[in-house]
Amino acid sequence: MLNTIKHSSMLKTIINCIALLMLILSVVISISYGSTSIPFETVWSAIFSFDTDVTSHQVIQEIRIPRAISAVLVGAFLAVSGSIMQGMTRNPLASPSILGVTDGAALSLVIMLAAFPMISSMGLTVASFVGAGLAVALILFIGSFSKGGITPVKLALAGVAIGTTLRSISTILSLHFNLEKEVGFWLAGELSGTSWSSVNILFFSGIIGLPIAFFLAKSITVLSLGEDMATNLGQNSLLIKALGIISILILTGAAVSVAGVVGFVGLIVPHITRFIMGTDYKWIIPSSAIFGALLLVLSDLVSRYINAPFETPVGAITSLIGVPFFLYLARKSGGGDK
Amino acid sequence: MSGNSNSKKRKFFGISFILIALIIIMIFISLRTGVISISFQEVIETIFQQGSDRNKLVLFEFRLPAIILAILIGIGLAVSGAILQGITQNELADPGIMGINTGAGLAVVLYLFLSREGFVVSSIWMMPVAAMIGALFAAFLIYILAWKKGVSPIRLILVGIGINAGFAAFITIFQLKMDPQDFRQVAVWLSGDIWNANWNTVLAFLPWIVILIPLVLRKVNALNVLTLGDDLASGLGVNVERDRQILLLLAVALAGASVSAGGAIAFLGLIVPHIARKLIGPLHQYIIPLSMFIGALLIITADTVGKVILAPTEIPVGIVVSIISAPYFIYLLLKAT
Repeated sequence: MLNTIKHSSMLKTIINCIALLMLILSVVISISYGSTSIPFETVWSAIFSFDTDVTSHQVIQEIRIPRAISAVLVGAFLAVSGSIMQGMTRNPLASPSILGVTDGAALSLVIMLAAFPMISSMGLTVASFVGAGLAVALILFIGSFSKGGITPVKLALAGVAIGTTLRSISTILSLHFNLEKEVGFWLAGELSGTSWSSVNILFFSGIIGLPIAFFLAKSITVLSLGEDMATNLGQNSLLIKALGIISILILTGAAVSVAGVVGFVGLIVPHITRFIMGTDYKWIIPSSAIFGALLLVLSDLVSRYINAPFETPVGAITSLIGVPFFLYLARKSGGGDK
Repeated sequence: MSGNSNSKKRKFFGISFILIALIIIMIFISLRTGVISISFQEVIETIFQQGSDRNKLVLFEFRLPAIILAILIGIGLAVSGAILQGITQNELADPGIMGINTGAGLAVVLYLFLSREGFVVSSIWMMPVAAMIGALFAAFLIYILAWKKGVSPIRLILVGIGINAGFAAFITIFQLKMDPQDFRQVAVWLSGDIWNANWNTVLAFLPWIVILIPLVLRKVNALNVLTLGDDLASGLGVNVERDRQILLLLAVALAGASVSAGGAIAFLGLIVPHIARKLIGPLHQYIIPLSMFIGALLIITADTVGKVILAPTEIPVGIVVSIISAPYFIYLLLKAT
């Protein structure tokens, strides 16, 4: 018994290491390929012997590297948010984009940009946290009104309806304040606007959000077994949920403020991770961060190639990957046989 | 029994009369609303051929076709929603939520792209056909993917949402292959804007409504039986699957044609049949005509509100409709067991 656990945890570690290596490899590819391809040696020298006079060094330092790091962090944040949501609510359809949280953050960004055109990117990030928080509050509020408790599917449908409404309001404001370009960017989900300041925002949000997530992992495992079980084990579910929500807000809010609404990463990665890593969130949360990062870096690469030399919003790529998966989940959990 | 049905008939005619009166009032309000304001008196004068040339141009060449188009779109989407809700016995069904509208939108985008590249002939008459093919394809896909020894209402919606997201992603990818000017137009149109409203669009769209609606009205009895559920319907000797397929085809065709004329207006087909059922009860010979009137009234009202509320910015009618209707959808969702 002990042997199998040890064995399986070794296996999991190996899988994580392989995923991490793949991530590093795809980051390197992502840095070296683009509208102009830059050989690996130049990438190497741009990092370790940077020369301001060389254009390709500039491109790598100022555009490619911050973009790759942003992709890694945004993917990781969305995937971890999705894992926490699915674990806490025991809802296989829960994820930041399905439940309208990303749309709440985007609406808040639009409002702030309309009211204060000169707002700093830090201010926008805070607005994004607040918007994500209001969307979560709205969905919890609606959930509490449902007859006989809300089922996973109903919660997802309500989330989609809330998301649609919030997105409509964003569109109206963008038309009125001539912000179509910025808002179109946020609603489509793009990584092309990332810079070192995006990395800073993501970094500081991650320093707060991720440790909370890791700290909660054990409690989420218990919660995912059922609320009764958690109470029996003497766990303060309310506190755990509150902390979980805070972590979701910070991670999702930061991701949206940098890359806009990138859908489906938070939905599919936790499922894949659970399939490989089992039911223990001590493994699921770190692994989903790695897998989410990998998914977004690869999607970003595809998004640059599919329509070259133009860039396709990365959100469209993640949707195309995510939709078949969502359909599979819908067939599986969409209410009984008939 | 016969007395009961007579009083129902009287009630139906009473409600219809009120709705038509409201539609006419809204048409007048809508005619005078816009960037160039025209007073009621001027509207009346112009209608009786006494107005200035400028007013004639604005009213007859811009506003009137837009209003007539809106009315037709409202009718098409509302009836489509009423049929979908009837045949799926699902009060959450709507061509917008289920991705049928987005399917039609994708087909129109593809058609515009192909005609721009010279692969197909560009013609306004072909747009409804392209949209209908897209809508049929989406409906087919949703039905197949939601099928699992039958189609559960919730699963149908859930699959529809997925299909919707997928088509939307394809549209985004296509966006970059199009001329920026074209794409901007398409983007606004997809959010439910009555785009390109002129008499030609009206004429291209009108035949679909004129042909399809009477066909639907001929099928109301089958629709009533189907609403009772499959077991009861086949017990009554109705060929359930055949009737369902014909009605589904009609609903999809109506939605597709409406999308080609007015963009993807979501939620209209959802709430209108609900209002109609609240007013008149479950019989489709009453629900379908009332849905037509309510759909028309709602869409002109939403269009006028969209023009006024943040003037001079005009808000696409589809966005106004979804802001009004999405909360109602959530309410229905929570009520459903």
